[in-house]
Amino acid sequence: MNNEVVKQNNPDPAAGLPSEELIVNMGPQHPSTHGVLYLELRLNGEIVVDCRPHIGYLHRSCEKIAENRTYIQFIPFTDRLDYLASMNNNLGYVLAVEKLLNLQVNDRVSYVRTIIAELNRIASHLVSLGTFAQDLGAYATPMFYCFRDRETIIQLFDELCGGRLTFNYMRIGGVQSELPPHADKYIKDFIKYERKKLKEYNELLTYNAIFLARTKKIGILKPEVAINYSVTGPNLRASGVKWDIRKDEPYMLYNRFKFDVPVGKQGDSWDRFKVKLDEIGESLKIVEQAIGGLPPGNAVAKINKVFKAPPSETYLRTENPRGELGFYLVSDGGLKPYRNKIRSPSFCNLAVLPELIHGLNVSDAVCVLGSIDIVMGEIDR
Amino acid sequence: MELSQVVQTIREKFPEAITEERPAAIVIKKEALLAVAQFLKSGELAFDNLHCVTGVDWKDKMEVVYHLYSFKNRFMLTLKVFLSLEDLSVESLCGLWKSANWLERETYDFFGIKFLNHPDPRRILNPDEWTDWPLRKNFDRPDFVRLPQSEGLKGGG
Repeated sequence: MNNEVVKQNNPDPAAGLPSEELIVNMGPQHPSTHGVLYLELRLNGEIVVDCRPHIGYLHRSCEKIAENRTYIQFIPFTDRLDYLASMNNNLGYVLAVEKLLNLQVNDRVSYVRTIIAELNRIASHLVSLGTFAQDLGAYATPMFYCFRDRETIIQLFDELCGGRLTFNYMRIGGVQSELPPHADKYIKDFIKYERKKLKEYNELLTYNAIFLARTKKIGILKPEVAINYSVTGPNLRASGVKWDIRKDEPYMLYNRFKFDVPVGKQGDSWDRFKVKLDEIGESLKIVEQAIGGLPPGNAVAKINKVFKAPPSETYLRTENPRGELGFYLVSDGGLKPYRNKIRSPSFCNLAVLPELIHGLNVSDAVCVLGSIDIVMGEIDR
Repeated sequence: MELSQVVQTIREKFPEAITEERPAAIVIKKEALLAVAQFLKSGELAFDNLHCVTGVDWKDKMEVVYHLYSFKNRFMLTLKVFLSLEDLSVESLCGLWKSANWLERETYDFFGIKFLNHPDPRRILNPDEWTDWPLRKNFDRPDFVRLPQSEGLKGGG
């Protein structure tokens, strides 16, 4: 950490000695910021009295690029937003374009998309849990366990589309390729395996005394504050708001699947961790139902490579692992979108950070930052 | 809840505020924005969540789009304000929704739309010392077009 000591006097005001604020620059290169984030912390002793996040180090101007490309050409760029959940980004974008075009897809497409998106949600949550434990000092072991499980999913995606991080798999009107023949058994085996492992994670982390001491009652986010800051996803649910677009405003065919929406009680860092862990279980339920009832047909997209959208606009939001990803597409009737606004969940989730870490120790600031689970790729776009 | 219901409720309170009704959005007067937003947040409509703020450059005018959500009524409202190019400023909604802070900063950063009474009116993603507005349609920097000296290489455009 790059410390900039302004003037360090005795920080204890009770001793009657003068004290001064200390500015600590956390980042832009810091192992626990999950990307290039620069937090300017003002400290009184160990206590954070003010925090100013500086973002934009990863800015690639995706929205301007979108205006210069056709609708199909922009799909690979969505991979690079939340790079841990590329499939979900692809899905959000193609659904928005399909809504703009008023295009209907068959049931098989929706089922395949659901399976893939939920598997990617599991993979993304596993990374988030592993790195969060690593931030707290549980060095390497939980992270390796989580990456081992994620590897199973990534290998399936590798066979599916040849990519391991940026998939470019969803297409407007379908998907790029059918599931491989052995996918059915492969996914069913994975579900069985992962359910066992979830119990293991609970023993390893969730109810571990040290883990509880580090995360319980740290960074409490009240539900009304969360809504006011437009916090979404697991962070909102951890605050006790039972809200999931898959359940409350179902897109695709999510209304056909039975699953619960896990919520937290207090909205502290532990709840945010637990909600994500529980969501893995719920995603496994959805995948199990979808793979069991996969309708026959053809899921591969059959649509012209070049098309014009009618002059109109649409806003569609989908439930990404990190919250609600929204695409606001404006078309002027041309080949390219007139405006493509990406409302990324991490952007709004990070905005609440100064409020959460006010009055906490610096070490707890790392804990809160890890628990709200940001990906800089989609904040800076 | 339907859009017509929201329109009617706003009309009862502010008869002059709505200038245009669209199939999925309403356009309101710039001067009435703060009062209407205040009314939408409190009261029975209960739009407690400002989901997204963005701008659109229509070349002859600028548009600011607000997506408001009401958890109570489960309804998303698209609210629009048009700004003339001579006066690119609009009241900030930070006092009502905290999420407006960063979202409005982003809109300022890319379109140069000033948000009056914003608590922290800085750029957010682009460098502070920049004077350009990248998402305006007339923005065309050399690195966005094919450069004659680097034949075959293409930037973002």
